[in-house]
Amino acid sequence: MDGLKFVGQRVPKKDAPLKATGDAVYIQDLKVPGMLHGKILYSKYPHAKIVKIDTARAQALPGVKAVLTGADVPNNFKFGFLKDNPPLKSGKVLSTRDEIAAVAAISQEIAEEALDLIEVEYEELPGIFDPLTAMKEGSALIHEELKSNILKLPWKFVHGDVEAAKRESAFIAEDTFSTQWVTHCCLGTSGCVATFDASNNLTVYSNTQIPSLAQNDFLEALKTFGLKKKRVRVIQAVIGGGFGSKLDTYAYEYIAILLALKTRKPVKIVFSREEEFLATSPRQCTITKISQGCDKDGRLTFREMEMVLDNGAYTSWGATTPSVMMVPISSLYKVPNIKYTAKCVYTNNTYCQAFRGYGNPQATFAIESCLDQLAEKAGIDPHEIRRINANESGELTPQNFKITSCGMKDCIEEVVKRLDWKGKRGKVDGRGVGMASLIHVGGAARVYKSDGCGTIIKVDDNGKVDVITGSSEIGQGSDTIIAQIVAEVLGVGVDDINIINNDTDVCPWDVGAHASRTTFVAGNSALGAAEKIRDQIMEIAAKSLGESVEALEMKDGIIFSKNDKEKNIPFGKVLRKAHYSLGGRMLVAENFYDPPNENFDQTFRGNLSVTYAYGAHGVEVEVDKETGQVKILNYIAAHDVGKAINPMLLEGQIYGGGLQGIGYALGERMIYDKGYLKNGNFLDYKMPTVRDVPPVQAVIVESDEHAGPFGAKGIGEPGLVPTAPAIANAIYDAVGVRIKDLPITPEKILKALKEKAKQNG
Amino acid sequence: MKKEITFTLNNEKVIVEVDPKWTLLYLLREVFEMTGTKEGCGYGECGACTVIIDGQAVNSCLYPVMEAEGRQIVTIEGLMTKDGDLDPLQKAFVDEGAVQCGFCIPGMIMSSKALLDEKEKPTEDEIKESIEGNLCRCTGYVKIIDAIKTVADRR
Repeated sequence: MDGLKFVGQRVPKKDAPLKATGDAVYIQDLKVPGMLHGKILYSKYPHAKIVKIDTARAQALPGVKAVLTGADVPNNFKFGFLKDNPPLKSGKVLSTRDEIAAVAAISQEIAEEALDLIEVEYEELPGIFDPLTAMKEGSALIHEELKSNILKLPWKFVHGDVEAAKRESAFIAEDTFSTQWVTHCCLGTSGCVATFDASNNLTVYSNTQIPSLAQNDFLEALKTFGLKKKRVRVIQAVIGGGFGSKLDTYAYEYIAILLALKTRKPVKIVFSREEEFLATSPRQCTITKISQGCDKDGRLTFREMEMVLDNGAYTSWGATTPSVMMVPISSLYKVPNIKYTAKCVYTNNTYCQAFRGYGNPQATFAIESCLDQLAEKAGIDPHEIRRINANESGELTPQNFKITSCGMKDCIEEVVKRLDWKGKRGKVDGRGVGMASLIHVGGAARVYKSDGCGTIIKVDDNGKVDVITGSSEIGQGSDTIIAQIVAEVLGVGVDDINIINNDTDVCPWDVGAHASRTTFVAGNSALGAAEKIRDQIMEIAAKSLGESVEALEMKDGIIFSKNDKEKNIPFGKVLRKAHYSLGGRMLVAENFYDPPNENFDQTFRGNLSVTYAYGAHGVEVEVDKETGQVKILNYIAAHDVGKAINPMLLEGQIYGGGLQGIGYALGERMIYDKGYLKNGNFLDYKMPTVRDVPPVQAVIVESDEHAGPFGAKGIGEPGLVPTAPAIANAIYDAVGVRIKDLPITPEKILKALKEKAKQNG
Repeated sequence: MKKEITFTLNNEKVIVEVDPKWTLLYLLREVFEMTGTKEGCGYGECGACTVIIDGQAVNSCLYPVMEAEGRQIVTIEGLMTKDGDLDPLQKAFVDEGAVQCGFCIPGMIMSSKALLDEKEKPTEDEIKESIEGNLCRCTGYVKIIDAIKTVADRR
């Protein structure tokens, strides 16, 4: 891969100047003429009958243009993965984030005042806040029309014979691990503006990560509202953080649409920070029973996992995270026998959604913590057991994943080397080292029937290139990666390339910014489109220079003959020739790339991703035995990325993911007490600040994935997947206690130290 | 009841009628439509709304608008030169890869700008101190620290 000019370079992010000057327009900044402000009233109780809602006083407040309640939602419309969630609830509320009324007014202040004037009479009902209680036979039902609180979802994967493997294993470790709710904390809160034209076509300004799917969701909603054969346009404002939070459509969007329909005015709803904490959907909390075994040489013999997920009161895509949890469960290391079941359970808690890693962090916490327990039983160094069982190229895993390029061993060795593993491990003197590995999809993930992305490239007379892509820019840098790829093919500068990526009226279809897929899929799509347009340009240049296409080369905006450098023509001139010649043509190319990966079959087998991303994190900690405080002394994050198209932006993904992982491991937790969120603000929810940044090294391992654009794999999510178990393992090495329940707080460490001291007498 | 206040905003004198209940952030965003200053929380915990008032980095979401009277206020919009060149800090944030979603960035730049205006060669600890009230969820802060250091190192 020599001779690359743009790919592999530390190119600054294309939209960074816009953002660094304050010129970027986020949903918060957007104003549409005539716009009203919408506000939502949430339930006072986690479980209650709504006896009466009186909106008369709110309606009468000057400046209020509409007040809606559940009675105003047409035709019993519900949204979400299982269509169990009405945008405004009537009859009954099932959680404290239940939307029960909404107001549109001429100002934010009036809308807020109107909410206070809505009188709601509730009859409080006992709630169920623990999934294990909700699962019990005879438990009260969250959704009475369903016969059980356990969702009817098929999360089960079996491979080989786990029972036989258990009998034959030399060593077995088993334990129970649990994880907490954490929330995305996007600095830009959620929001949208909905507006109808005179023919009832809808435009939604949004910060969604899934413009094409959101467009479809909104179209379905319009149909249910009785508006058939309408058009929906989704325009993305600059997105102030995603991390999975915007991978679904939400009540607030449907409420804005209903308010806009009622008032015939554009309606904007933007969440306050408190609302963002309350009414967006966190990462699922899980309870995981795990058992793993190995033979006398440390080779893994089986892995068995049973998981319970608190689904909350409604169902979003979060209920499908067990399908992605299966990736590490079946395929992290070579494990011949696997058994996994997961139950998602309705409770009166907040409902969960996608959050970077999509279930993988929870599963990997259990697997990698338990693997250290197994290594200890077998008397093998934790590094050694990982090396022995590491995945390799050419492997076919139990879920039929075809492992192509695989840099897992290299990542593990980088961690060992850079941490001085051998020198530091096993002293139990208050300092310790730990590691954990990861597997994740690295070449998209066929969750939907299509995993595709379209690109259109057009070039105009002046030599500038417009790349119109379906992919979404959520801060990760897809704009820049795509520009680098196209620049490499066309031999023009990154600055000559304009990326258009935010309007469903213009942009081709894409399944969304999820599954770490954008560089791989949108990159391949752009690569194909760029090659097509290059061929067209070369054809015209060849004709003009009297040369064959094969004899031409394009570099620095000039096309020249390899035989005779004097024979050349600037890029822009070729383009003018295309337009200004008799029988002229447009220079436009389109390309749809849908990767050759597979949907799971009914047994959850199938090559979900074209390639898989690997990594290993290693951490050195110091634990204060008096206070339980954990200090990270050194953090190594090694990732197999195939090829770093832009090492600078890639490091940004690793550093950013890593610190989110550290927050997950050591401090972040949404505290729900009987259905009420107790710490829905930045003061009480411990998101990492600059003071929490440890000395950290992002190590890029390039395995050159042949199916990736210029060899690249995805890196959006992996950065936080192995962080929590790596830290838990390091704490164990430092002070000999294992914390199995995230986050690992000083209180839990002190309690465990006390218990350990008691046991030792 | 509105009251008139006078202050200097990005080197220009402004006279404006305000409601004393407003915050400075409200005035900037809603009245002047200068939306570079962001609201990330509205209660002084995230720093996205940071502006510089008389040399000090301040959360404009908590700053009563009447307090602006007679002061020198600089916002993110005031950093570019008249020729359209980026401030060295803005340029460093761009070049060092410190910007991802970008929502926190105007506040980060204003906080670190206040530091660099005050100190020629701040230490790493002083750099961290200057932005410890500015939350970022994307970057892990590493490249933000790098960007600020780059500007300090070039001096």
